[in-house]
Amino acid sequence: MPRGHRPGHRSGGREEASSHPPRDRVLVLPGEELPSRGLKPGPGTYRVGGKVYASQLGLLSPKPPLISVVPLSGRYLPKPGDRVVGTVTDVQSTFWLLDIGAPRWAPLHMTGTPWKVDIGEADRFLRVGDAVVVRVENLDATGRIGVTMLGEDLGKLEGGTLVRISPARVPRLVGRGGSMIATITRHTNAEVAIGQNGRVWIGGEPEAIRRVSEVLRMIEENGPRSGLTDRVERFLLATTPTAPGPDGPEVRVVPHDEGPPDEPGAPDEAGLDDAGATEPDDG
Amino acid sequence: MGSVGAKEVPVLLDAEGRRIDGRKLDELRPIQIRAGPLPQADGSAFVEWGANKVMAAVYGPREVHPRHLQQSTKAVIQCKYNMAAFSVDERKRPGLDRRSQEISKVIGEAFESVVFAEEFPRTSIDVYIEVLQANAGTRCAGLVAASVALADAGIPMADLLPAVAVGKIGGQIALDLKKEEDNFGEADLPMALVPQSGRLVLLQMEGHMTEPELAQALDLGVVGCRAIYEKMKEALRERYSVAPIAPIAPEAA
Repeated sequence: MPRGHRPGHRSGGREEASSHPPRDRVLVLPGEELPSRGLKPGPGTYRVGGKVYASQLGLLSPKPPLISVVPLSGRYLPKPGDRVVGTVTDVQSTFWLLDIGAPRWAPLHMTGTPWKVDIGEADRFLRVGDAVVVRVENLDATGRIGVTMLGEDLGKLEGGTLVRISPARVPRLVGRGGSMIATITRHTNAEVAIGQNGRVWIGGEPEAIRRVSEVLRMIEENGPRSGLTDRVERFLLATTPTAPGPDGPEVRVVPHDEGPPDEPGAPDEAGLDDAGATEPDDG
Repeated sequence: MGSVGAKEVPVLLDAEGRRIDGRKLDELRPIQIRAGPLPQADGSAFVEWGANKVMAAVYGPREVHPRHLQQSTKAVIQCKYNMAAFSVDERKRPGLDRRSQEISKVIGEAFESVVFAEEFPRTSIDVYIEVLQANAGTRCAGLVAASVALADAGIPMADLLPAVAVGKIGGQIALDLKKEEDNFGEADLPMALVPQSGRLVLLQMEGHMTEPELAQALDLGVVGCRAIYEKMKEALRERYSVAPIAPIAPEAA
């Protein structure tokens, strides 16, 4: 994974950043007393003796009747309906176990796939290490996660690369109405499948994969700042593929339906817009 | 901490009540905390406290290994404290020993009393503490690092867990002993505080203190913990409210 390489990470740039105070964002830390004013303790909080405290690092979110903390970090917490990217960690006779970055592995039963799987032959379809796109169907009280591969844009991913970003950054990567991901796919020849769990699959030429990975890194490090879509676009324009072919170093605008040849089972990049842009992007 | 052959007991307190490094009795060593230095871990922290340097990483909640440790109603907290072979002057024999097992246990138990483990049944929260350079008080430095790492990992918990050791040197109660004071002092009392409730969730003692001295030491320790608490919060605020600016087209062409 290219995550280890972080030029200039953390060094400098602080003054510029602090001159840009995020609006209405209150960071709270575990143990901090919250201004509850009659609100009931919601997720990420707890109550002791009539006072409400944060139980998690995150942003304060007072939405009557609840006061909650929206986490800024941590593992992916599955929600029914989420489309996620996972890797196979174990093959049993009738199901596979998937690592989707959640606290627990998610079993994918053979009846939840489009294939006719004979018992004991599960590894003919998916093997340890294979990447898949699945949808979270249900959760039980013990945290068991049920997933399915039946549905639109679900299936096995062939080739390409998996990159991990923080699940909290996914809305940023999608952008408002899919603007960010549209910008990325417009300026690269890559196919991108975003999981709500922060696992991102990139398919296409190595050069395209490299550039998209770099963009993901930018998004990972620049979450709470505005203008990110513009910055990403400028980055992509500045890093046009080095060997662009006979047309010279111009940006090739690739229409969505003209990507690299579809690999079997690979999800189309259309349909990514539903990935849930909950965070506004004012870029 | 074997200081072989050291026979001369140094003067730990001078006539003005100053310690060997010039500190007053109620003064902490300089402490610096950085949250999130290890991007691959779910949470991490690096603490430099006096001459101590400690890295902590948190993974989880995740599947439990080995499986039989799994608990059906809550997450298990598996803490591993380790000192690097090069962390002390004389090579520390690597690997598990009684001391590191004990410290892993007491730190893990301290976290069990603040982490809301019931939210993640059948999982494990793995806490790794690596002491890179040791100069007395490493269990407290490790606990502070691990606590910041847990918060960085988004683990739900009642509070951060500041910790400090109070000791007795030259007949006086002193905050945050350094190596010489720990080796030649009369007592050492590490503790960890839950600031929100005022409860102590780790308290150990080596050496001797009178009852009034113990009471004085506890009071001083709580004050020390609260100062460290502020540093811990500062480190987390810095990581989460200030995003560094990524270079535009750093590797272009």
